[in-house]
Amino acid sequence: MSTETLLERINAYASRPDPYPLYTELREHGVARQDDGSYLVGTYHEIAALLHDPRISSDVRHRTHPDLRDRPEDLPPSFIAVDDPEHDRLRRLAMRHFGPPHSPGRIDALHDDIVDVARELVDGLRGRDRIDLVDDFAYPLPVTVICRLLGVPREDMPEIRGWTNTIIASLDRSPDEDPDGRLRAAAQARVSMAGYLGALAQRRRERPADDMISALVHDDGPEGRLTEPELTTTLTLLTIAGHETTVNLITNGMLTLLRRPEALERLRREPELMPSAVEELLRYEPPVQMLPQRTPLTDVEVGGVTIPQGVPLFLVLASGNRDPLRFEDADHFDPARRDNQHFGFGSGVHNCFGAPLARLETQVALTALLHGLDAPHLVEDPPPYRHSPILRGPRHLLVTGDVAAGAGA
Amino acid sequence: MQIVVDLNRCQGYAQCVFLAPRVFELHGEEALLYAPTPPDDQAERVRRAAAACPVQAILVGERAGAGAGTDVR
Amino acid sequence: MSDDLKSGRIVIVGASLAGLRAAETLRDEGFTGDLTLVGDEPHPPYDRPPLSKQVLLGRVPAADVGLPARRPVDARWKLGVRASGLDPATKEVLLRNGERLPFDRLLIATGTRARPWPHPEEARLDGVLTVRTVDDAHRLAERLDAGPRRVLVIGAGFTGSEIASACRERGLAVTVAERGPAPLVGALGGTLGAFAARLQRAHGVDLRCGVTVTSLTGDAGRLTGAELSDGSRIDADVAVVALGAVRNTEWLADTGLAAGPRGVACDAGCRAFDMYGIVTDDVFVAGDVARFPHPLFEYQMLALEHWGNAVEQAEVAAHNMVNPGPRRRPHLAVPAFWSSQFGLNIKSVGVPTFSDQVTVAQGSVEEGRLVVVYGYRGRITAAVSVNRAKWLEHYRHLIETAAPFPPEPGAADRPASPKVVPSDVPDPRVLSHGPTVALTGHLPDRRLAVVRPMA
Repeated sequence: MSTETLLERINAYASRPDPYPLYTELREHGVARQDDGSYLVGTYHEIAALLHDPRISSDVRHRTHPDLRDRPEDLPPSFIAVDDPEHDRLRRLAMRHFGPPHSPGRIDALHDDIVDVARELVDGLRGRDRIDLVDDFAYPLPVTVICRLLGVPREDMPEIRGWTNTIIASLDRSPDEDPDGRLRAAAQARVSMAGYLGALAQRRRERPADDMISALVHDDGPEGRLTEPELTTTLTLLTIAGHETTVNLITNGMLTLLRRPEALERLRREPELMPSAVEELLRYEPPVQMLPQRTPLTDVEVGGVTIPQGVPLFLVLASGNRDPLRFEDADHFDPARRDNQHFGFGSGVHNCFGAPLARLETQVALTALLHGLDAPHLVEDPPPYRHSPILRGPRHLLVTGDVAAGAGA
Repeated sequence: MQIVVDLNRCQGYAQCVFLAPRVFELHGEEALLYAPTPPDDQAERVRRAAAACPVQAILVGERAGAGAGTDVR
Repeated sequence: MSDDLKSGRIVIVGASLAGLRAAETLRDEGFTGDLTLVGDEPHPPYDRPPLSKQVLLGRVPAADVGLPARRPVDARWKLGVRASGLDPATKEVLLRNGERLPFDRLLIATGTRARPWPHPEEARLDGVLTVRTVDDAHRLAERLDAGPRRVLVIGAGFTGSEIASACRERGLAVTVAERGPAPLVGALGGTLGAFAARLQRAHGVDLRCGVTVTSLTGDAGRLTGAELSDGSRIDADVAVVALGAVRNTEWLADTGLAAGPRGVACDAGCRAFDMYGIVTDDVFVAGDVARFPHPLFEYQMLALEHWGNAVEQAEVAAHNMVNPGPRRRPHLAVPAFWSSQFGLNIKSVGVPTFSDQVTVAQGSVEEGRLVVVYGYRGRITAAVSVNRAKWLEHYRHLIETAAPFPPEPGAADRPASPKVVPSDVPDPRVLSHGPTVALTGHLPDRRLAVVRPMA
């Protein structure tokens, strides 16, 4: 054990159900250099400083560390993997059709749709005494929504799910397997997915519909349109990020509530608490546990430690969210917590693009489940987890209990 | 309902605009404008927006000094 | 001792943002005694920043800009009554209506008022306005609704520039007259002043710099236009006087307090100084009317017309009013403010006028998105972002830690060859617009340079 770095121990699959003791250890170490030369930061104020430091790059091509090379592919990186001003331009062009200032009502207008999708899914659970909250609810809900928003045919989702899983697997850097193989597979998946989305965009060019892809390919804004490679990488990003993390947020949310019947009851009694409860879930069990692709562009001092230029820098958001120097009673789940400036969606210029959609989906999803499920219980605790230590969440979440007759409203 | 946004704290994440687009508005790419007295039918959206503000800059309450004419308690 | 401070009589003179937040903090901190707020306007506390933005744009009625309460304050509100004096011997506030309000501790939060047009007869012309109060903004919004042929804005500080921006967004013709070399130059120096000048012109403002308005002309009591010092003439049916603010300290004349045109001097704990520089222990000051020493700026007395300063200083003052010496706190917040105009979000941390050099650290003037960093004798003292607010926290930290200027290179979006140039902060005396940040020297007395009204 002692020969493993903290990062390796966090990455180990056995740590997935409860990485938080390791994060406590990480915070005690401050800014922690790993034996492989990478740096791990898990304290709130230091993470905040680095997220707002313009010398910290999100572009891994700035890494000089020998073990972490450029991705073996030709596609340009998406906006989460480049810096300003390029990041800003790409993100702004995508935002034109997603949110303010140009499309301020787009997400708000989805609210009733999301409620309907959640209700249908809960109705579909009726009469079953055992359900898998992941496959039966938490996965189909955001997938249905993102497909409608972007304009991706729902029936193509199984193929997209396959590519998504391959791409996400490549984010892991567990040394015990075949990292090169995973990177190659991911590159292939990216190319396939980009090809698929490019073809879809071409269809929308010829025959526009009321969806984001059509809006992007027909954009007549002053800054022009995304180029073809920019378009396909942006669409790949939006498709994957548009559902992947929300699945985990909903599932982690239900798991957290099922473990705390008093909090669950309180939310049933006080539905107006749901918005702050979702913020607390984002703090307590964030779907993105760490940001693995930061790199200092120059030597950067933080927390009394100088992080050298070019090294891999991991910002462990989930650890910062539990930092007792920032949050009172940090390991306690408090659905009415105030002053909750969490890192659930990151912070700074790379803050989560889809945050407002994920929030809305999760608020609606948890509300529907709380009112649709009568006396739900966990079948196994901890549940089996998905592999990724970065995008962390249960693979399945088996729950027993009746679906209340006539519920789902 | 009365609101004020601490625009020193605001960094332009615009989560409030997404959640309550009839109350909050981006003026240009980053500057936030808002209706300090939102209509009643927006109250729930405003509360959701306040909860979601990543820098907790939105204060929601009742109007201070309401009914405070000259020399009233 | 401590228990005594939680009871007794507290009077707050000034019922705007600072007065309100102080009252709330007093109650939060356990003050159970009698609390009285005195305000010269008839309105409950309201928020001023929207007046020159949402309200002038016609998006929000002026009457809507109230402030939400953080908590109930259980106070006696005396609104529409002006304080006319203070008797330090009997510890009483004198009101214009003849009433005397006895106090054990007093908070002075009387803020500022708009600097009036210096020629009273011209100022009375129909169509000549200022923007400071909710009533002012309501009147101006009505004038703008009526579609004037041209609006003249006198003074290109933040308020004047925001007014010009609202006019242009409404499609109204607007002329801005500024005595200094550029808009905003008094607060932000030469680099951003030049940027603001280009911005205004690109948005169709008829910007005249280096000129003064020598007279406002009228016909039958209505404004018809203005004559400028360069011999030109502007026809306008509305003129907005935006020459900065005057601190409301006249009522404190002859009270023995260090109160003058630059504000009421106080220590870092918000306790007022008397005219000899001796600190009082029962009179406190907060908000726009205060001038206080700040360690980050060589302990010069700062006078800030900033929303955030009003809140933070009021909280510190209130805390110190009800806590004994060892538990008192200093007011050390790094100054910060914002302005939105011409579709841009301008945010500042630190004190840009406390500088000798500037450099563009991120983005570019051409892009219209940038961070400008200010230095004084080799350390960072301020930063201003234009549509780049998410980075500003980084620079706040550099200011707090007196990091070396120019900032270390390395920002991903830094200019290819960043230049360090003089900050070109002009002497406030050459400007039309009064600076919203005033460095007022080191002495806590009131015999200071007189700030003369500028035409």
